[in-house]
Amino acid sequence: MMEFMEGSHAVAHSVKHCRPEVIAAYPITPQTHIVEALAEMVANCHLDAEYITVESEFSALSACLGASAAGSRVYSATTSQGLALMFEVCFNCAGMRMPVVMSIVNRALGAPLSIWNDQQDSISLRDSGWLQFYAEDNQEAADLHYLAYKVAEDRNVLLPAFVCFDGFILSHTYEPVDMLTQEQADSYLPRYTPVQRLDSTDPISFGLFASPDYYMEFRYQIDQAVKGAAKTIAMAGREFGEMFGRDYSNLVESYRLDDADCAIVAMGSICGTVKDAIDEMRKDGKKVGLLRLRSFRPFPNKEVRSALSGVNCVAVLDKNISLGTKGAVALEVRDALYGQQVPVLDYIIALGGRDVRKKDIRAVVDMAGQGKGDLFHGLRQELVS
Amino acid sequence: MTGESCGLFEYGHRACGGCAAAMAARTILDAAGKDTIIVSATGCMEVFSTPYPETAWKVPWIHSLFENNSAVASGIVASLKKQGRKEKVIALGGDGATFDIGILCLSGAFERGHDFVYICYDNEAYMNTGIQRSGATPYDASTTTSPAGKCSTGNRRPKKDLPMILAAHGAPYVATASVAYLPDLKKKVEKAIATEGPCYLQVHAPCCTGWGFEGEKTMTIGKLAIETGLWVNYEMEDGKVTRVKKVVRKPVEVYLKEQRRFRHLFKPKLNETEIAKIQAVADRNAERFGIDIKLKK
Ligand SMILES: Cc1ncc(C[n+]2csc(CCOP(=O)(O)OP(=O)(O)O)c2C)c(N)n1
Ligand SMILES: [Mg+2]
Repeated sequence: MMEFMEGSHAVAHSVKHCRPEVIAAYPITPQTHIVEALAEMVANCHLDAEYITVESEFSALSACLGASAAGSRVYSATTSQGLALMFEVCFNCAGMRMPVVMSIVNRALGAPLSIWNDQQDSISLRDSGWLQFYAEDNQEAADLHYLAYKVAEDRNVLLPAFVCFDGFILSHTYEPVDMLTQEQADSYLPRYTPVQRLDSTDPISFGLFASPDYYMEFRYQIDQAVKGAAKTIAMAGREFGEMFGRDYSNLVESYRLDDADCAIVAMGSICGTVKDAIDEMRKDGKKVGLLRLRSFRPFPNKEVRSALSGVNCVAVLDKNISLGTKGAVALEVRDALYGQQVPVLDYIIALGGRDVRKKDIRAVVDMAGQGKGDLFHGLRQELVS
Repeated sequence: MTGESCGLFEYGHRACGGCAAAMAARTILDAAGKDTIIVSATGCMEVFSTPYPETAWKVPWIHSLFENNSAVASGIVASLKKQGRKEKVIALGGDGATFDIGILCLSGAFERGHDFVYICYDNEAYMNTGIQRSGATPYDASTTTSPAGKCSTGNRRPKKDLPMILAAHGAPYVATASVAYLPDLKKKVEKAIATEGPCYLQVHAPCCTGWGFEGEKTMTIGKLAIETGLWVNYEMEDGKVTRVKKVVRKPVEVYLKEQRRFRHLFKPKLNETEIAKIQAVADRNAERFGIDIKLKK
């Protein structure tokens, strides 16, 4: 049913439909509306979950880890500083193969302190073993939560997953969203049955320490699981499409790429602006297209390679920066295209909520055409020169 | 001591001979029984009991990190509640995990009132990483980060009073115990489990390796701590001290001189001033808890 909803509320409703049994979260802007909405649902018996009002994000994810190990479907949400505080637990959840699903309402990391959007927070956890999905709009943000649980809990995957969507730009924006009903959600996502759990009738030990004789094999298996998740995502995404008409089987989305000379690569809400700019540039005779990454982990190497094989230049918009080198997306796109001749240029853009307009996208495409890139776009020159 | 152990924590662990923490673990499980989930913090206990692919735990056991066992336990308690399951949850941590790095999670879990038992095995330093000081290290103990030296008499601060901090959280049952008195420890674990809400037990666990004494003396050292008044076994119910182990007190030297960590107070020459300060700690404990048995002449 179509509803006009704030992004955070759409996500909260999807989460409710997923029937998490234990929720543990700590408030931080711009994630607050989600956890407030869930608290209200629990308070009014619209959602039958244990809601743990933890004293920190570190405890939020730790509690989720414990509840997941005990056999419950769990949920948390955070952003920025909160995610940074969870760093240690993030690696732990993935290493212990706990299918925790967490919304990341993307926000910049301090210093300087900023509550506004970029994607530095989740990108910085790219090595942690969590799956990472990025939504373009509120519809997708809502839908990806069902997909995330389905994939994370799959016996071939058993990994935690981030559903990332841009803070304020999506979280605080009202858009029409086609919400599933509870019955539809239940038919897509069955009740959670853990593969193993803490259980006194069948005691096992979780979280042992591994000597050099064993450690590497664990890491290898996690890596295999992240890579292998692509197959499960394809299946779960196709099933979602068949049931509800929105297909998420592809880890990437191509927009007007078929005959494009220049391809833009980006993730998240910026892609809406990019698509509009592309439509305008196309009218001017510029053959520009977009490759949007919906999944950053697993990284869609194959898809990137095949989607970008025909283009003459690639302009990557990175809402993050691996300080001292480049944006993370550009580095990985370059890696995916290794051995091909196409230049991949990186544009660090929209950090800390800096606005991006269609004219910025045009400017980037112009620069890419001249071979000029690997730079911050949109800087106030008077402040940096 | 506590009769036949039910063996829920037994074979395969690699603790030092005479390790008090291992004795505590066995006694705790003897009291708790098999329907118990243990949540361990990183530290000696976790490392010596679970070298992959082996485990010494015959009950469900989980370890996540050094400082989050209370939060992990919170999640487990919530999950069990949601599932309608009745297992007991015991979080186990060393003094470093409990007094220092994990106090945020511990405070949060106690304030929220989860029904679980937190047991700190207190060996008064970070033993797993090589005997560094913690907030539980007693005054003047020499550790690798508070070494006695030409201008140092060891650890500069007295032990943090964590039981009182947790009692102030409204914990219904807070108690201290010692591996030197295992039947008492067992009773306290049983009581903590039977009490609804978050309960805290702090168990004195002399560490032969870290404190510097022979492994066969663990019980003797533990007893001396109590007999000198440097460790007090007591129980608090709803914030009030309800039971205290009384002793005929001995001077603190008899405890100190048995341990390498206090050797600098005796050699190269007797440091009477510092020993007097430690005696004052014991005297304060004695007064505060009323532990002295007055002998009738
Ligand atoms: C975040 C973090 N900091 C530091 C460490 C290193 N570390 C592991 S165990 C430990 C000390 C444990 O001390 P305690 O809790 O007293 O347990 P014990 O080893 O004495 O039994 C330290 C410092 C760690 N594992 N994690
Ligand atoms: Mg210790």
